[in-house]
Amino acid sequence: MEFIRSISDFALPAIFLIILAAAVLKKVKAYDLFVDGAKEGIETIIRIMPSLVGLLVAVGVFKASGAMDILIYILRPLIDLLGMPPQVAPLALLRPISGSASFAFVTEIIKTFGPDTFEGRVAAVMMGSTETIFYTLAVYYGAVGIKNIRYTLIAAIMADIISIIASLWACRFVFG
Amino acid sequence: MINYIWIGLLIIGFIAGIFNGRIDQVTKAAMDSAQSAVVVCFGLLGVMCLWTGLMKVAEKSGLVNLIGRLVRPIMVFLFPDIPKNHPALGAIVMNLVANFFGLGNAATPLGIKAMNELQSLNKDKKTATDSMCMFLVLNTAAIQLIPANIIALRTAEGAKKPADIIVCIWIASICATIMGIIAAKLLSKVWDEKKKARMW
Repeated sequence: MEFIRSISDFALPAIFLIILAAAVLKKVKAYDLFVDGAKEGIETIIRIMPSLVGLLVAVGVFKASGAMDILIYILRPLIDLLGMPPQVAPLALLRPISGSASFAFVTEIIKTFGPDTFEGRVAAVMMGSTETIFYTLAVYYGAVGIKNIRYTLIAAIMADIISIIASLWACRFVFG
Repeated sequence: MINYIWIGLLIIGFIAGIFNGRIDQVTKAAMDSAQSAVVVCFGLLGVMCLWTGLMKVAEKSGLVNLIGRLVRPIMVFLFPDIPKNHPALGAIVMNLVANFFGLGNAATPLGIKAMNELQSLNKDKKTATDSMCMFLVLNTAAIQLIPANIIALRTAEGAKKPADIIVCIWIASICATIMGIIAAKLLSKVWDEKKKARMW
Protein backbone atom coordinates (compact mmCIF):
# COMPACT_ATOMS: atom_id res chain seq x y z
CA MET A 1 0.00 0.00 0.00
CA GLU A 2 1.77 3.08 -1.34
CA PHE A 3 -0.44 5.45 0.67
CA ILE A 4 0.25 3.89 4.06
CA ARG A 5 3.94 3.70 3.29
CA SER A 6 4.01 7.42 2.50
CA ILE A 7 2.30 8.17 5.84
CA SER A 8 5.22 6.35 7.45
CA ASP A 9 7.60 8.55 5.48
CA PHE A 10 5.98 11.77 6.60
CA ALA A 11 5.08 10.78 10.18
CA LEU A 12 8.48 11.48 11.72
CA PRO A 13 9.19 14.81 9.98
CA ALA A 14 5.65 15.93 10.88
CA ILE A 15 6.19 15.03 14.55
CA PHE A 16 9.52 16.88 14.48
CA LEU A 17 7.90 20.01 13.09
CA ILE A 18 4.92 19.94 15.48
CA ILE A 19 7.17 19.56 18.52
CA LEU A 20 9.54 22.31 17.39
CA ALA A 21 6.62 24.62 16.57
CA ALA A 22 5.19 24.03 20.05
CA ALA A 23 8.59 24.82 21.55
CA VAL A 24 8.79 28.08 19.61
CA LEU A 25 5.24 29.07 20.61
CA LYS A 26 5.86 28.30 24.27
CA LYS A 27 9.31 29.93 24.14
CA VAL A 28 10.98 27.01 25.95
CA LYS A 29 14.72 26.39 25.70
CA ALA A 30 14.38 23.60 23.17
CA TYR A 31 18.06 22.74 22.79
CA ASP A 32 18.73 22.53 26.53
CA LEU A 33 15.68 20.33 26.97
CA PHE A 34 16.76 18.15 24.06
CA VAL A 35 20.19 17.56 25.59
CA ASP A 36 18.58 16.82 28.92
CA GLY A 37 16.22 14.27 27.35
CA ALA A 38 18.98 12.70 25.29
CA LYS A 39 20.82 11.90 28.53
CA GLU A 40 17.86 9.76 29.50
CA GLY A 41 18.34 7.92 26.22
CA ILE A 42 21.93 7.07 27.18
CA GLU A 43 20.82 5.92 30.63
CA THR A 44 18.19 3.65 29.06
CA ILE A 45 20.72 2.04 26.73
CA ILE A 46 23.26 1.51 29.52
CA ARG A 47 20.50 0.03 31.66
CA ILE A 48 19.43 -2.52 29.03
CA MET A 49 22.97 -3.56 28.03
CA PRO A 50 23.61 -6.14 30.80
CA SER A 51 20.25 -7.84 30.34
CA LEU A 52 20.70 -7.80 26.58
CA VAL A 53 24.06 -9.56 26.95
CA GLY A 54 22.51 -12.23 29.18
CA LEU A 55 19.48 -12.79 27.02
CA LEU A 56 21.18 -12.67 23.63
CA VAL A 57 23.58 -15.35 24.89
CA ALA A 58 20.65 -17.53 26.00
CA VAL A 59 18.79 -17.08 22.71
CA GLY A 60 22.02 -17.64 20.75
CA VAL A 61 22.76 -20.89 22.60
CA PHE A 62 19.16 -22.09 22.23
CA LYS A 63 19.24 -21.45 18.49
CA ALA A 64 22.69 -22.84 17.74
CA SER A 65 21.97 -26.07 19.63
CA GLY A 66 19.02 -26.94 17.41
CA ALA A 67 16.58 -26.63 20.32
CA MET A 68 14.84 -23.74 18.56
CA ASP A 69 14.10 -25.98 15.55
CA ILE A 70 12.47 -28.51 17.87
CA LEU A 71 10.32 -25.81 19.50
CA ILE A 72 9.23 -24.50 16.10
CA TYR A 73 8.45 -28.06 14.97
CA ILE A 74 6.17 -28.54 17.99
CA LEU A 75 4.40 -25.20 17.38
CA ARG A 76 4.09 -25.81 13.63
CA PRO A 77 0.30 -26.34 13.33
CA LEU A 78 -0.49 -23.10 15.16
CA ILE A 79 2.16 -21.15 13.23
CA ASP A 80 0.80 -22.35 9.87
CA LEU A 81 -2.74 -21.53 10.93
CA LEU A 82 -1.77 -17.89 11.58
CA GLY A 83 0.47 -17.65 8.52
CA MET A 84 3.38 -16.57 10.69
CA PRO A 85 7.02 -16.98 9.58
CA PRO A 86 8.10 -19.94 11.78
CA GLN A 87 11.31 -18.31 13.03
CA VAL A 88 9.31 -15.37 14.41
CA ALA A 89 6.88 -17.58 16.34
CA PRO A 90 8.84 -17.84 19.63
CA LEU A 91 8.62 -14.04 19.89
CA ALA A 92 4.84 -14.29 20.26
CA LEU A 93 5.37 -16.45 23.35
CA LEU A 94 8.16 -14.30 24.78
CA ARG A 95 6.66 -10.83 24.28
CA PRO A 96 4.05 -10.83 27.09
CA ILE A 97 6.54 -12.34 29.56
CA SER A 98 9.71 -10.33 29.18
CA GLY A 99 10.43 -7.04 27.42
CA SER A 100 14.20 -7.39 27.36
CA ALA A 101 14.11 -11.05 26.30
CA SER A 102 11.83 -10.26 23.40
CA PHE A 103 13.98 -7.29 22.44
CA ALA A 104 16.96 -9.66 22.32
CA PHE A 105 14.94 -12.02 20.16
CA VAL A 106 13.91 -9.27 17.73
CA THR A 107 17.57 -8.25 17.49
CA GLU A 108 18.47 -11.85 16.58
CA ILE A 109 15.77 -12.03 13.91
CA ILE A 110 16.70 -8.72 12.33
CA LYS A 111 20.38 -9.75 12.32
CA THR A 112 19.57 -13.13 10.73
CA PHE A 113 17.04 -12.04 8.10
CA GLY A 114 17.78 -8.32 7.64
CA PRO A 115 15.56 -5.39 8.68
CA ASP A 116 13.80 -5.06 5.32
CA THR A 117 12.57 -8.66 5.04
CA PHE A 118 9.06 -9.82 5.91
CA GLU A 119 10.41 -11.69 8.96
CA GLY A 120 12.35 -8.65 10.15
CA ARG A 121 9.38 -6.35 9.75
CA VAL A 122 6.84 -8.65 11.42
CA ALA A 123 9.17 -9.07 14.39
CA ALA A 124 9.65 -5.29 14.66
CA VAL A 125 5.91 -4.63 14.47
CA MET A 126 5.08 -7.34 17.02
CA MET A 127 7.69 -5.88 19.36
CA GLY A 128 6.45 -2.31 18.90
CA SER A 129 2.73 -2.90 19.20
CA THR A 130 2.43 -4.54 22.63
CA GLU A 131 3.73 -4.16 26.14
CA THR A 132 5.07 -6.77 28.54
CA ILE A 133 1.84 -7.91 30.24
CA PHE A 134 3.25 -9.68 33.30
CA TYR A 135 5.65 -6.88 34.14
CA THR A 136 2.98 -4.18 33.88
CA LEU A 137 0.54 -6.15 36.05
CA ALA A 138 3.22 -6.88 38.64
CA VAL A 139 4.35 -3.25 38.91
CA TYR A 140 0.92 -1.57 39.05
CA TYR A 141 -1.03 -4.11 41.07
CA GLY A 142 1.98 -4.73 43.29
CA ALA A 143 2.20 -1.00 44.04
CA VAL A 144 -1.22 -0.92 45.73
CA GLY A 145 -1.39 -4.51 47.02
CA ILE A 146 -4.13 -5.91 44.79
CA LYS A 147 -4.20 -9.73 45.04
CA ASN A 148 -7.30 -10.63 43.07
CA ILE A 149 -6.78 -9.25 39.55
CA ARG A 150 -10.10 -10.69 38.26
CA TYR A 151 -10.25 -10.64 34.45
CA THR A 152 -7.27 -8.31 33.82
CA LEU A 153 -4.92 -11.02 32.54
CA ILE A 154 -7.52 -12.62 30.28
CA ALA A 155 -8.45 -9.28 28.67
CA ALA A 156 -4.77 -8.34 28.26
CA ILE A 157 -3.93 -11.66 26.60
CA MET A 158 -6.92 -11.35 24.26
CA ALA A 159 -5.61 -7.92 23.22
CA ASP A 160 -2.13 -9.43 22.78
CA ILE A 161 -3.40 -12.20 20.48
CA ILE A 162 -5.21 -9.62 18.34
CA SER A 163 -2.05 -7.54 18.12
CA ILE A 164 -0.05 -10.58 16.90
CA ILE A 165 -2.63 -11.30 14.21
CA ALA A 166 -2.90 -7.61 13.28
CA SER A 167 0.91 -7.33 13.03
CA LEU A 168 1.00 -10.15 10.48
CA TRP A 169 -1.96 -8.78 8.60
CA ALA A 170 -0.70 -5.18 8.54
CA CYS A 171 2.80 -6.19 7.34
CA ARG A 172 1.36 -8.36 4.58
CA PHE A 173 -1.05 -5.61 3.55
CA VAL A 174 1.50 -2.79 3.52
CA PHE A 175 4.65 -4.59 2.34
CA GLY A 176 3.11 -7.51 0.43
CA MET B 1 9.55 -15.95 35.68
CA ILE B 2 12.28 -14.53 33.46
CA ASN B 3 14.78 -16.32 35.71
CA TYR B 4 13.32 -19.70 34.83
CA ILE B 5 13.14 -18.85 31.14
CA TRP B 6 16.76 -17.74 31.08
CA ILE B 7 18.03 -20.82 32.91
CA GLY B 8 15.76 -23.03 30.79
CA LEU B 9 17.01 -21.60 27.49
CA LEU B 10 20.65 -22.09 28.50
CA ILE B 11 20.34 -25.59 30.02
CA ILE B 12 18.14 -26.93 27.23
CA GLY B 13 20.46 -25.26 24.73
CA PHE B 14 23.62 -26.84 26.10
CA ILE B 15 22.04 -30.29 26.50
CA ALA B 16 20.49 -30.18 23.01
CA GLY B 17 23.87 -29.01 21.71
CA ILE B 18 25.58 -32.05 23.22
CA PHE B 19 23.00 -34.48 21.82
CA ASN B 20 23.05 -32.88 18.37
CA GLY B 21 26.86 -32.87 18.31
CA ARG B 22 26.93 -29.11 17.93
CA ILE B 23 28.60 -28.18 21.18
CA ASP B 24 31.39 -26.24 19.44
CA GLN B 25 28.81 -24.14 17.56
CA VAL B 26 26.90 -23.56 20.82
CA THR B 27 30.00 -22.27 22.58
CA LYS B 28 30.83 -20.02 19.67
CA ALA B 29 27.24 -18.70 19.60
CA ALA B 30 27.46 -17.80 23.29
CA MET B 31 30.62 -15.74 22.78
CA ASP B 32 29.40 -14.09 19.57
CA SER B 33 26.02 -13.18 21.11
CA ALA B 34 27.62 -11.48 24.10
CA GLN B 35 29.77 -9.46 21.72
CA SER B 36 26.87 -8.52 19.47
CA ALA B 37 24.69 -7.39 22.42
CA VAL B 38 27.21 -4.64 23.15
CA VAL B 39 27.52 -3.72 19.47
CA VAL B 40 23.72 -3.47 19.24
CA CYS B 41 23.56 -1.17 22.26
CA PHE B 42 26.06 1.24 20.79
CA GLY B 43 24.24 1.14 17.48
CA LEU B 44 21.03 2.16 19.27
CA LEU B 45 22.58 5.01 21.19
CA GLY B 46 22.30 7.84 18.68
CA VAL B 47 18.72 7.38 17.51
CA MET B 48 17.54 6.61 21.02
CA CYS B 49 19.00 9.90 22.27
CA LEU B 50 17.42 11.75 19.36
CA TRP B 51 13.92 10.61 20.32
CA THR B 52 14.19 10.85 24.09
CA GLY B 53 15.58 14.36 23.57
CA LEU B 54 12.78 15.37 21.24
CA MET B 55 10.13 13.91 23.52
CA LYS B 56 11.50 15.93 26.41
CA VAL B 57 10.94 19.06 24.33
CA ALA B 58 7.39 17.88 23.57
CA GLU B 59 6.71 17.33 27.26
CA LYS B 60 7.97 20.74 28.38
CA SER B 61 6.32 22.70 25.58
CA GLY B 62 2.92 21.53 26.77
CA LEU B 63 2.04 19.03 24.03
CA VAL B 64 1.62 16.21 26.52
CA ASN B 65 -0.79 18.35 28.57
CA LEU B 66 -2.73 19.45 25.50
CA ILE B 67 -3.36 15.89 24.34
CA GLY B 68 -4.29 14.96 27.89
CA ARG B 69 -7.08 17.54 27.84
CA LEU B 70 -8.30 16.45 24.41
CA VAL B 71 -8.77 12.79 25.37
CA ARG B 72 -10.58 13.57 28.64
CA PRO B 73 -14.09 12.84 27.21
CA ILE B 74 -12.98 9.34 26.14
CA MET B 75 -11.87 8.67 29.71
CA VAL B 76 -15.39 9.25 31.00
CA PHE B 77 -16.63 6.48 28.70
CA LEU B 78 -13.83 4.09 29.65
CA PHE B 79 -14.02 4.72 33.40
CA PRO B 80 -17.67 5.42 34.19
CA ASP B 81 -17.29 4.59 37.89
CA ILE B 82 -14.73 7.33 38.58
CA PRO B 83 -16.41 10.56 39.80
CA LYS B 84 -16.06 13.37 37.25
CA ASN B 85 -13.49 15.61 38.87
CA HIS B 86 -11.61 12.94 40.78
CA PRO B 87 -7.78 13.15 40.62
CA ALA B 88 -7.66 9.52 39.44
CA LEU B 89 -8.89 10.57 35.99
CA GLY B 90 -6.13 13.12 35.59
CA ALA B 91 -3.42 10.67 36.63
CA ILE B 92 -4.74 8.01 34.24
CA VAL B 93 -4.83 10.45 31.33
CA MET B 94 -1.31 11.65 32.02
CA ASN B 95 0.03 8.10 32.33
CA LEU B 96 -1.53 7.02 29.03
CA VAL B 97 -0.32 10.15 27.26
CA ALA B 98 3.19 9.69 28.70
CA ASN B 99 3.13 6.13 27.34
CA PHE B 100 1.91 7.47 24.01
CA PHE B 101 4.95 9.73 23.82
CA GLY B 102 7.27 6.96 25.00
CA LEU B 103 8.21 8.81 28.19
CA GLY B 104 8.85 5.64 30.13
CA ASN B 105 10.48 7.45 33.05
CA ALA B 106 7.44 9.67 33.56
CA ALA B 107 4.80 7.06 32.73
CA THR B 108 5.49 4.62 35.56
CA PRO B 109 5.30 7.09 38.50
CA LEU B 110 2.12 8.58 37.00
CA GLY B 111 0.67 5.09 36.61
CA ILE B 112 1.40 4.23 40.22
CA LYS B 113 -0.18 7.53 41.30
CA ALA B 114 -3.26 6.61 39.25
CA MET B 115 -3.39 3.19 40.92
CA ASN B 116 -3.22 4.81 44.35
CA GLU B 117 -6.13 7.12 43.47
CA LEU B 118 -8.14 4.18 42.13
CA GLN B 119 -7.39 2.22 45.29
CA SER B 120 -8.83 5.09 47.35
CA LEU B 121 -12.14 4.57 45.52
CA ASN B 122 -11.96 0.80 46.02
CA LYS B 123 -14.12 -0.84 48.69
CA ASP B 124 -12.36 -4.23 48.67
CA LYS B 125 -8.65 -3.31 48.87
CA LYS B 126 -7.43 -6.75 47.77
CA THR B 127 -9.61 -7.01 44.66
CA ALA B 128 -9.18 -5.01 41.46
CA THR B 129 -12.03 -2.71 40.40
CA ASP B 130 -13.35 -2.50 36.84
CA SER B 131 -11.49 0.78 36.40
CA MET B 132 -8.22 -0.81 37.52
CA CYS B 133 -8.69 -3.68 35.06
CA MET B 134 -9.44 -1.25 32.22
CA PHE B 135 -6.45 0.91 33.12
CA LEU B 136 -4.07 -2.06 33.18
CA VAL B 137 -5.41 -3.48 29.92
CA LEU B 138 -4.92 -0.09 28.23
CA ASN B 139 -1.37 -0.01 29.58
CA THR B 140 -0.47 -3.47 28.28
CA ALA B 141 -1.90 -2.70 24.82
CA ALA B 142 -0.26 0.75 24.85
CA ILE B 143 -0.26 2.76 21.67
CA GLN B 144 3.06 4.47 21.12
CA LEU B 145 3.57 7.40 18.80
CA ILE B 146 7.24 6.67 18.14
CA PRO B 147 8.59 3.21 19.04
CA ALA B 148 12.07 4.68 19.52
CA ASN B 149 13.94 1.46 20.32
CA ILE B 150 12.52 -0.42 17.32
CA ILE B 151 13.39 2.43 14.95
CA ALA B 152 16.84 2.67 16.54
CA LEU B 153 17.39 -1.08 16.15
CA ARG B 154 16.36 -1.04 12.49
CA THR B 155 18.63 1.96 11.89
CA ALA B 156 21.54 0.16 13.53
CA GLU B 157 20.99 -2.90 11.33
CA GLY B 158 20.95 -0.84 8.14
CA ALA B 159 17.26 -0.68 7.19
CA LYS B 160 16.63 1.42 4.08
CA LYS B 161 13.78 3.34 5.75
CA PRO B 162 13.99 2.51 9.46
CA ALA B 163 10.62 4.10 10.25
CA ASP B 164 8.60 2.49 7.47
CA ILE B 165 7.01 0.03 9.91
CA ILE B 166 5.52 2.78 12.04
CA VAL B 167 2.03 2.75 10.52
CA CYS B 168 1.90 -1.05 10.84
CA ILE B 169 2.75 -0.66 14.53
CA TRP B 170 -0.01 1.93 14.95
CA ILE B 171 -2.54 -0.33 13.20
CA ALA B 172 -1.60 -3.37 15.30
CA SER B 173 -1.67 -1.51 18.61
CA ILE B 174 -4.95 0.24 17.83
CA CYS B 175 -6.49 -3.18 17.04
CA ALA B 176 -5.07 -4.54 20.31
CA THR B 177 -6.38 -1.56 22.28
CA ILE B 178 -9.89 -1.86 20.81
CA MET B 179 -9.89 -5.60 21.55
CA GLY B 180 -8.69 -4.89 25.09
CA ILE B 181 -11.43 -2.31 25.69
CA ILE B 182 -14.15 -4.63 24.34
CA ALA B 183 -12.83 -7.57 26.36
CA ALA B 184 -12.60 -5.53 29.57
CA LYS B 185 -16.08 -4.03 29.12
CA LEU B 186 -17.68 -7.41 28.39
CA LEU B 187 -15.82 -9.30 31.11
CA SER B 188 -16.71 -6.64 33.68
CA LYS B 189 -20.36 -7.52 33.05
CA VAL B 190 -20.07 -11.30 33.26
CA TRP B 191 -17.10 -11.92 35.57
CA ASP B 192 -18.69 -11.78 39.01
CA GLU B 193 -21.94 -13.46 37.88
CA LYS B 194 -19.90 -16.37 36.59
CA LYS B 195 -18.13 -16.69 39.93
CA LYS B 196 -21.36 -16.48 41.89
CA ALA B 197 -22.91 -19.13 39.65
CA ARG B 198 -19.97 -21.43 40.28
CA MET B 199 -20.30 -21.01 44.03
CA TRP B 200 -23.90 -22.14 43.90
